Parts: sequence; C-alpha cells; structure tokens
Amino acid sequence: MKKPPVLDVDAILDDQGTRIIVCCGAGGVGKTTTAAALGLRAAERGRCAVVLTVDPARRLAQSMGLTELDNTPRLISSPEGGGQLFAMMLDMKRTFDEIIEAHADPERARQILSNPFYQSLSSSFAGTQEYMAMEKLGQLRRSDEWDLIIVDTPPSRSALDFLDAPERLGRFLDGRFIRLLTAPAKAGGRSAFRLLNAGFGLMAGAMTKLLGAQVIKDLQTFVSALDAVFGGFRQRAEMTYRLLQAPGTAFVVVAAPERDAMREASYFVERLAEERMPLAGLVVNRVHEPTAAALSAARSAAAAEDLESRGEHELTAAVLRLHTGRMQLAAREHREQDHFLSAHPTVPVVQVRAMSEDVHDLAGLRRIGELLATST
Amino acid sequence: MDSRDTDWDGVRLHVVTGKGGTGKTTVAAALALALASGGRKVLLVEVEGRQGIAQIFDLPPLPYEERRIAVAPSGGDVYALAIDPEEAMLEYMEMFYGMRRAGRALTKMGIVDFATTVAPGFRDVLVTGKTSEAVRRRGKNGKRIYDAVVLDAPPTGRISRFLNVTQEVAGLARVGPIKNHSDLVSKVVKSPETAVHFITLLEEMPVQETLDGIAELRSAGLPPGGIFINMVRESLLPQAALDSAVKGRFDVAELTLGLKAAGLSDGASTVAEALAEEVAEHARRTELERAERASLAQATLPSYELPLLTDGVDLSGLYELAEAIRTQGAA
Repeated sequence: MKKPPVLDVDAILDDQGTRIIVCCGAGGVGKTTTAAALGLRAAERGRCAVVLTVDPARRLAQSMGLTELDNTPRLISSPEGGGQLFAMMLDMKRTFDEIIEAHADPERARQILSNPFYQSLSSSFAGTQEYMAMEKLGQLRRSDEWDLIIVDTPPSRSALDFLDAPERLGRFLDGRFIRLLTAPAKAGGRSAFRLLNAGFGLMAGAMTKLLGAQVIKDLQTFVSALDAVFGGFRQRAEMTYRLLQAPGTAFVVVAAPERDAMREASYFVERLAEERMPLAGLVVNRVHEPTAAALSAARSAAAAEDLESRGEHELTAAVLRLHTGRMQLAAREHREQDHFLSAHPTVPVVQVRAMSEDVHDLAGLRRIGELLATST
Repeated sequence: MDSRDTDWDGVRLHVVTGKGGTGKTTVAAALALALASGGRKVLLVEVEGRQGIAQIFDLPPLPYEERRIAVAPSGGDVYALAIDPEEAMLEYMEMFYGMRRAGRALTKMGIVDFATTVAPGFRDVLVTGKTSEAVRRRGKNGKRIYDAVVLDAPPTGRISRFLNVTQEVAGLARVGPIKNHSDLVSKVVKSPETAVHFITLLEEMPVQETLDGIAELRSAGLPPGGIFINMVRESLLPQAALDSAVKGRFDVAELTLGLKAAGLSDGASTVAEALAEEVAEHARRTELERAERASLAQATLPSYELPLLTDGVDLSGLYELAEAIRTQGAA
C-alpha cells in the first residue's frame, strides 16, 4: 500500500487564513479531545482560538481547568507568545431562546417561548443541536473576536447530520404540512381551509383523532408564531453553510482504526467533496503500534508455542503471546485503514497512537497536540 | 425449552444502551441469540434507521417487517425488525382507528418528518409503542408470541428521555390518544418485565457515562438491568510481572534468555527491551482497567464480561459472545 500524504497540522494552525476548523467523525472516536488539543496547540503557536464543543462531558472541562463549560467562551490559557485559548459548550436551548428574543417582538417571543412545542423542540436532543451548533458557529465567526474557531460536531446518529441541518430546516419550512398549518393564519381565518384539497376534511379529522384538539391548537399557535422568525433562521443557516465552503475553513475528519469509524470517515470525505467543503485531512486516533514491531506475529506465536511445549521460560512465553496479540491487533487496524486509503489515496492522514491513559489536564491535551503534529 | 435460572427470568423486554463505539448493536444481537437458545423465540428490534442488525448478520437491509434472521444454539429463533416511525404510525392508525387512507395522506403531507423535527418525543412514542406492542402480543393460544424482545436502543446520553415517553409528551398532549398511548407504553417500560442494560468498555469515558446513565434511569423510575463490559482482553501475565513492569523493574535479562531459548537470538536484547516496553504499557492499561471495574461496582448491578473478538465481529464471533452471555447467567 502506498503511503498517504501526511496531514501537516502545524501548517494549518499557523496559516492565518485558517479561521474555522471543523472536527467531524463517528461517535466515540475522540473528536472533542482532538478539537481541544488542536485549540491548545494553536494558542501556544500564537493564535487566539476558541473551542466550541457540543459534548457535555465534564471531563473535557476539567482537563481544561474549569469545573464546567457553558454557553459563553471562557479563557482557558494565555501561553507566552500572545496566543489565547477560550472554550465553550453549546447550550442549545439558551442559544435558541436568544435567537427568538432577538428576532421576534416581545409579545410574540413570549408566545413562542411558553409554547409546549417550542419547549420540546428547543430542549430535545435530535436535530436542534445541529441547527444551534451551526448558529453558534456563525455568531462566533461574525463577532470576529477570535481568529480561529475550532468546533466539534454533535454526537448524532450519523456524523453527516449537521451538514444536512440547514437543508433540513429549509425542507421543514417549505413542507406542505407546515404550510397547511400556517395557511389559516396567513389568509385570516378558516376560509383558507377551503382552498385546500378536498382531502383535508378527512385529514383534519384524522389528526384531531390522533393528536387531540388541544395539540392541534398548540401546534398551530406555535407554527404561526414561529413563522415570523423563520425567514431569518433559514437565511442564517444558509450563510453558515456557505461559510463552511469558504477557503478559511478546514474540515478534519476524525476516526479510530475500526471498521465502522473508518466507513463513516469514508462517507464523510465523499460527502464533503460533494458539498464542495474544504477537507484538510484525516486524523486516525488510538492507533496501536507495538514497540517490538520487528518481531512478526507468526514468529512470536511460534516461539511462544515452542517454549510452552518445552515447559520453559513461562514468563517469556506469556510476553510473546501478549506481543502476538498486539501485532494481530495492529495488522487488523492497518487493514481497516487500508480500505479508506485505497478509496481516498490523496487525503492527508495523521495517526495518533493509543495512550494508556485518558487526558486529564492541559499537559495531556498538549501531548495529544504533539502527537497530532509530529507523527511523520 | 430448558429451565435454567438466569439473572433476568421474567424479563420480557431487554433494552440495550451504551455510548457510541462500545458495541451496543453487537451485544444486543448476541443477547438475542443467547435468549433464544434452547428453543425460544426472540425479537431483535432496531430503531435508529442505521441497519446495524443487517450489517452484523451480513444480510441485505431489513424492511419494516418481523422476519427470522438467525437460528440460536440448540434450537430457537431470532427475528428482527427495523422500526420505521412512518410505517409505525400508519400501522397504529389502522389498528386503533381503522384509518389507513387518512394515515397515508398525512404521511404524504410530511407529518412524520414534521413531528420528528418539531417534537422528537412523538417519534420515540411511535418506536417504543411498536416495541411494547411486540412485547405484549399474544397468539391464539393466549401465550405471548415472543419469549423476549431485545431493543437496540439509542445511546446512553439519550436513553432516559427515549424511555420516559410519558414525560416527553406530557407537555405536548395532556389528554387524548397520544397521552393514552404513551401511558400504556410507560406501563410496559416501567414494569418488572423490562430491564435496561448498559454496554461499556473498561475506559474512563464510557464508564462515567454508564454511571451517569444508571443514576438518571433510577431517578426517572426506570428499571436498570445489567452492565455488560465489552471487549475485555484476557490477562496473559501474572500480577507480579505486571507490578514490576509498572515500576520499570521488569527483568529484561531473563526475557533475553527466554528469547534465546526460543530460537530468537538475533538482537535478542534489543527485542527484549522493546517487549518490556509493551509489557509496561499493558500493565498500566491493566491498572486503569482495574480502577474502572471498581467504579462500575459502585452501581451495584449484575455485571458480565465479554471477550474482545480479535478477528473483529463476524457471525461466529456473535455466537461466541452469546455463549459468554449464557455461561455468565445473563440469559
């Protein structure tokens, strides 16, 4: 297998033109840690960076010396050399409320904020998080207070969900169902119902039966109240989407050397190309590289068997078994990566070897940053 | 049918959750196989539209239909169902209101898309509703159709919300059919016939998430089941050797001799140094795992250990895991 080009992390961090780094990939591959490590390294190389995380893990906050992160960027570190690191955690409900408050008159805002559908929408986990992560990213970028924003993507069902968020929002707003619900309000009362097809009576009956009359009423109030602020929503979602396509953005796909994670990484790389989003490269976390790699799995296993059959050097035999297992694991990890590499031979890659311990402090994050930058 | 005692006798609905990357779907599939063995009939349910079951069993994508996908050890059948919320809604409307046509019209209008976007609680009610229907379903003889149902549920971070359907839709529907339906679902989910199992690895983050998830589940009045520790590597070295490796006092000279005795004399001392480094790393890892095991014990739930499948997960690996689940009494 030909060696892929190496992802030069420092070149990306040092390029003043890089304004946004998006870390994306399947769940559980270390996206958030990678984002935080990149942020710290950027700050220590003189950038004024903010890490926006959607991962509610307290551990990350603690590793950056805070008890918890919230919706406002907090200063984490001001290393020598003028750089700074800030970090924040997305509070999606707070972010959503702020948008409503900023874009609707007070009476309408009150109506929306107290509607049960709004409360469900704004605090639920699926979907909203993606919209709000994009919204927050746009806000941070427009504020221009930081010269580098590093964001990790929500731990959604599919790593691709957040790319689809603006599109889904658009589809949602243009949906026939929403137009149906807003129609009476727009046309001033019940008359609009008559304009719709004859099937509506049947459907309205079905919906009332299914959901109950109160639900329909709440839903209608919610949709018509929200309708007023939706235009702005959509416009900003599209702006953020275009921001992601701009040359100042670098997508870093994060994976682990496992089948599902590598497959997700492949999808993602293809999807980014389709959407004309700028891909910087692939980070493969948690790679196992045995230190005694010169001793092959087969020779190691044979030697262990030989010792065991003679009943000599039990400990050496056990060490050889351990080594055999590690070599097999490494071989499997190579195979999982090879699928990706042969499908995407031009994508720059960097491997970060597995650490025996989790990251607990800035020193740990710094160590990950070094591994990201120097695994050539 | 055998009559062994298991830790979960009387449980009909096994909900399987875990942090991403812990092997949730794999363990759910193995648990279904284990529960089915000895002539039982088990339904394995998937709800996130990822077709994970089809991938694991090496099958084409599953439709919204209960079909037999595997035969369990010593007889028994595993059926699978990939729940599609839209289809579940149509079925629900037909079953309770005889309104198939109106349902189709609503689907065309994008109501399910809408409901999923605006109130994911609705989607969860449809999915859990279908699952609890399968749990309660009885045949002509009055007996339950399935001896057990295994639900490959959303990840740990979302599990309480997902199962706490009444809570989720309470604000949206205070009265009416949705409320009635969710009350029914809630009765099944909160009954002793349900157990929520957590899949974890012996790593800090998944363990923390598991403990948080269990606490959340308990405060929501939902029944925690067992903890399945996945991908456990067997310990090959005696504790004394590990201890000295951690302290950097592993006997490299002895190891060099051993290598020479095994015919690996070329550069034996260099190889021994490198191997000692691997042993030290393994020892640190083992220590960490011991600490994580101790943390998990705080949850005071039955726990089971599943071996790391060195060749990756394939069908024979699934049967191996199912066997491990059975011998430890989880099924």
